[in-house]
Amino acid sequence: MNTPADLYRKMALIREFEMRIDEMFATGRIRGTTHLSAGQEACAVGACAGLRCDDAVVSNHRGHGHFIATGGDPGAMMAEMMGKQTGYSRGRGGSQHMACFDIGFLGSNGITGGGLPVAVGAALGFKMQKTDRIVLCFFGDGASNQGTFHESLNLAAVWRLPIIFFCENNLYAMSTPMHDATAVENIAERGNAYTIAGEVIDGNDVIAVRDAVAGAAERVRGGSGPALIEAMTYRYLGHSKSDKCEYRTREEEQRWHERDPIKLYAARLRESGELDDGRIARIDAEVKQQVDEAVEFATTSPDPNPDELEGSVFA
Amino acid sequence: MPEPLTYSEAIREAMAEEMRRDGRVFLMGEDVALYGGAFRVTRGLLDEFGPGRIRNTPISESGIVGAGIGAALVGMRPIVEIMFMDFITLAVDQLVNHASKYRFMYGEQARVPLVVRAPAGGHRGYGPTHSQCLERLFFSMPGIKIAAPSTPADARGLLKAAIRDDNPVLFVESKILYPSLGDRPEEQAFAGKDDDIIPLGRARVAREGEHISVIAYSEMVVQAVRAAEALEAEGISLEVIDLRTLAPLDMARVLESVGKTGRAIVAEEGHRTGGPGAEIACRIVESCFYELDAPVRRVAAMDVPVPVSPLLERRVLPSAFDIASAARHLMNEA
Ligand SMILES: Cc1ncc(C[n+]2csc(CCOP(=O)(O)OP(=O)(O)O)c2C)c(N)n1
Ligand SMILES: [Mg+2]
Repeated sequence: MNTPADLYRKMALIREFEMRIDEMFATGRIRGTTHLSAGQEACAVGACAGLRCDDAVVSNHRGHGHFIATGGDPGAMMAEMMGKQTGYSRGRGGSQHMACFDIGFLGSNGITGGGLPVAVGAALGFKMQKTDRIVLCFFGDGASNQGTFHESLNLAAVWRLPIIFFCENNLYAMSTPMHDATAVENIAERGNAYTIAGEVIDGNDVIAVRDAVAGAAERVRGGSGPALIEAMTYRYLGHSKSDKCEYRTREEEQRWHERDPIKLYAARLRESGELDDGRIARIDAEVKQQVDEAVEFATTSPDPNPDELEGSVFA
Repeated sequence: MPEPLTYSEAIREAMAEEMRRDGRVFLMGEDVALYGGAFRVTRGLLDEFGPGRIRNTPISESGIVGAGIGAALVGMRPIVEIMFMDFITLAVDQLVNHASKYRFMYGEQARVPLVVRAPAGGHRGYGPTHSQCLERLFFSMPGIKIAAPSTPADARGLLKAAIRDDNPVLFVESKILYPSLGDRPEEQAFAGKDDDIIPLGRARVAREGEHISVIAYSEMVVQAVRAAEALEAEGISLEVIDLRTLAPLDMARVLESVGKTGRAIVAEEGHRTGGPGAEIACRIVESCFYELDAPVRRVAAMDVPVPVSPLLERRVLPSAFDIASAARHLMNEA
């Protein structure tokens, strides 16, 4: 299910989902906090398109796109955002803590760098089970400054584990420009310290991302040990809902908007004749309706029952 | 009289004043400079003190807390901001195996004048990894002091004391108190002066009463006072003790109050099991069992993670309502 139309549709769906959440926060329909991935859709969609459907994905705090790209249902995601019983985490996790183990989405998580060792463990499990499944772990440029990143790369290399470390380098960790916090020029170089070949790619080109991940997946699946991919991209919105982006310029934002991953791909599809304007407009309308329905589903879903809390800590 | 300060302004001012008077004091943390931290507590400090003393760090909690210890060992007085208290877990080794032990372990040679500031608590819908009260992890460790103010004046006075203290101090900030204004205007008049430092280890009576002592710290003090106001109409009079610091723990003040009222409720926002409340309740029983008219009661969070849904979050976290119902039960038991 990764035809050009599918890739376009998934990116458009993520964008629509994220922009809707932004609006719902602004109008107070969702509370708490959220980290939106608008602008980074080609990373999520391209990376997941390079995987097999029984592979596993570990996400981070900016995980809505990763989840949709893995096959998450926008209705159950929106319900989770709104703390409803029908949400993926039954209203307990919210924006930053969603998972669907049935489809191999092992969870988004609010602890920066926290998912990396867990992803390594999943890859260890797959290897010990003698399957040829692999793990892809999303993380940000900022997360690569945590000890967990370094420990994870080393562990995965020493044990030759089937894992792709996929860094979405959106140039900032909250307000901190990458080069203020990171001594190397590229995150990919950090692989050298662990004998992992790193690769820098255009994270706004969904096909480049898909091909890079598919190539890495083949090697990793074949037993060559871990891979590290650094996809250069940009987040359009603030880090979280309260951020006014004073640390970056409007010109820089504009430059990245000119390389919008969805528009770039649409242009390419038009040029090759794979999709025409009419078809694109139809997809856009369909994803809008899908998100409308997700909001409707979430809004009309029941609240969770507080009486069920106590029995739900242990298996 | 100067403008009343909010809790977060009081914290910022305490840091600024200490940095002005002592060149060894500096701040480091994630996004603390231009951005001013996730809760904007340090906003503006960069302008006055520059990037050398207001240091933005990579996302490396273990690294920056450890670096704080090292800098303290050689004579600096670092303040490290942990963006959400939940992330202090990444630095537990540095605090538990290093900061808290150096003085003792190296034969009293070392001094570790390090302050780690961390915003704690829920009620904002941030979910399980951004809502915790983790002072409990350090409460049972010898060698680390813990302050947890409930008012702007206390936040200011205790933070100044913490910065001047020669030991590691965990400074627990309540996220939901950040915008709150000082509720004791007469104390605000001291703002800007040096003589309003509040020594670590001295509890205060936040409200006098006769029937039940409510022992609390941080935001639960506000909840306790609210409960006290609500119960007044029912003829139940609560005395609210604000511990201010958990380590040192001012048990003398607590026991004095319980000795007077004969009943005690210990209130905390963290989980019920194994937290500071359990220890305090136990010490009350150890020391004044025969003066008690009823069993000691605890009000705390349920032993489940803090969920996102407002409905669930409200069920899990304790409130003035829970303190009031515990108080009614206590009066009926006597
Ligand atoms: C352990 C920990 N430290 C700090 C934070 C606060 N925080 C959340 S996201 C973030 C920035 C992460 O940057 P990056 O990894 O580049 O991902 P991006 O947000 O850019 O997608 C920070 C500092 C956190 N959630 N967990
Ligand atoms: Mg980033």
